[in-house]
Amino acid sequence: MNVTRTPPARKILSALFVVACGLAVVVALVPLAFVLFFVISQGVQSLNLDFFLHNPRPVGEVGGGMANAIVGTLILTGLAATLAVPIGILSGVYLSEYRGSRFASTVRFAADTLNGVPSIVIGVFAYAVVVLPLGHFSTLAGGFALGIMMIPIIARTTEELLLLVPNALREGALALGATRARAVFGVIVPAALPGIITGVVLALARIAGETAPLLFTSFNNAFFSTSLTQPISSITVQVFTYAISPYEDWHRQAWAGALVLVTIVLICSMAARMAAARVARIRGQ
Amino acid sequence: MRSPDLGFRIGIGVFAAALVIIVVGIGITLANDSWLSLQKFGLNFWRTSNWDPVAGDFGALPFIWGTLYSSVLALLMATPVALGIAVFISELCPPFLRAPLIFLTELLAAIPSIVYGLWGIFVLVPVVRSVETTLPESVRTLPFFSGPPFGVGMLAAALILAVMVVPFTSAVAREVLKTVPMTQREAAYALGATRFEAIRAAMFFARTGIIGAVMLGFGRALGETMAVTMVIGNNPQVALSLFAPQYTMAAVIANEFTEAANALYLSALIEIGLVLFIITLLVNMLSRGLIWSMARQVQVKAAA
Repeated sequence: MNVTRTPPARKILSALFVVACGLAVVVALVPLAFVLFFVISQGVQSLNLDFFLHNPRPVGEVGGGMANAIVGTLILTGLAATLAVPIGILSGVYLSEYRGSRFASTVRFAADTLNGVPSIVIGVFAYAVVVLPLGHFSTLAGGFALGIMMIPIIARTTEELLLLVPNALREGALALGATRARAVFGVIVPAALPGIITGVVLALARIAGETAPLLFTSFNNAFFSTSLTQPISSITVQVFTYAISPYEDWHRQAWAGALVLVTIVLICSMAARMAAARVARIRGQ
Repeated sequence: MRSPDLGFRIGIGVFAAALVIIVVGIGITLANDSWLSLQKFGLNFWRTSNWDPVAGDFGALPFIWGTLYSSVLALLMATPVALGIAVFISELCPPFLRAPLIFLTELLAAIPSIVYGLWGIFVLVPVVRSVETTLPESVRTLPFFSGPPFGVGMLAAALILAVMVVPFTSAVAREVLKTVPMTQREAAYALGATRFEAIRAAMFFARTGIIGAVMLGFGRALGETMAVTMVIGNNPQVALSLFAPQYTMAAVIANEFTEAANALYLSALIEIGLVLFIITLLVNMLSRGLIWSMARQVQVKAAA
């Protein structure tokens, strides 16, 4: 029997291709490892209790911390969530309940568009609609900008998770005479709730690391403030200010701030992953 | 439809409408607030390079150049890597590696831009500078490598952008490859194709979606602000050299917005924001259109 064998050149090319794809993974993970290595090694050296308990000191005085910026970031993300969670979840419900309608496609398109709008542009928008009318930078403006960024993320995650809820649940509720609203809020949303909460946590983690939309909305504040109508400090803007400054001690603080940010992101993504794995396991049973 | 159901639909529809209102509102607000600059400079705003806030003369050519140039360079570096990762994760890697690799690439996207910027200033820029200074004179005469080596500049910006774009492109490309019917690969193997040839066939099948994935990464790169601002050097000039400190649209807004002392200056910056909004909008629409048409094509073929 005359069987033609695969010419070696094609086999070699194929093997090279497999190796190249593996290398691509390595190439992408090297910067990740380097970033994490430097943030952790530099950050751990600079992080101490003072960092969490004290406000920034004036130039020349060593020490101080970011207590005001940490509180600022918490307030800003809290405001953002207050704005974005109701709008995001309810739009997500609309998208999944009336998925075939023309209006749903328009909203879905708007959500994807908004998701792609650069964060700096959202900042300019928040400046125009909140800072200009109020006449000064404020916490409200910063929270508004972050909230706008959060809405499409929550809306799309909610939609995706609601679509995973088995249709039998909806039919069961409706068959028992429930109104659409009762079926949605009493049966369908609770079934998807763990996933939705995970999505909100991930959105919060992403929003907490944003700098650009805060530069000219919540601006910065060297002092401790919880006022909604005054400028407020945030970890990200503070890291930016310190990073581009010429002072050694401020660079040290910037690394410490970066470590706090990365830790928040890491904890949130791992928690989300574990929650997702648990949901998958429960579904599988 | 029962009336309580109609009430429910309208009730949550109002919230859904908020998304449409926000997007339209951004466009109208930016156009309205950049009116002064639009009227005074017209199209010359994008054709001239003089940026002199004191004299009230504004030309934004260097910014749009810097944005496009840095994004294209980043895309050239990121695309092969991102597609390689997508192929490796979806076609080649052993199943137990799949979840950890997806997690790690997602982590790459989750690290805040400001952290990349900080790392860029203190780690990447010194490395880039030392590489630039060790280049032989003969290479330095090329237009791409001319000028003094500062470290900060186009090369550092493009490198950091590439790292930040990779996870987005590879995630979408992975999803796209997933939609390619198994029969495509099986048919290729049945004809005696090697692994590479089978995957090439799958990628050819998915080409529309893959181009969409690349465009999505491009959209991300165009709007990226903090990391680029911190390493590109912030010097408004149109230069081909990778060593030259340049400027981007997002960076000039980030740096100068709080300094804009008069209405014309502010409206010039808002006009840059408006154009950045329009460009990213178009790129994203195109990319979603491509991915969507790919998904549709698969459904049609599966139904046939």
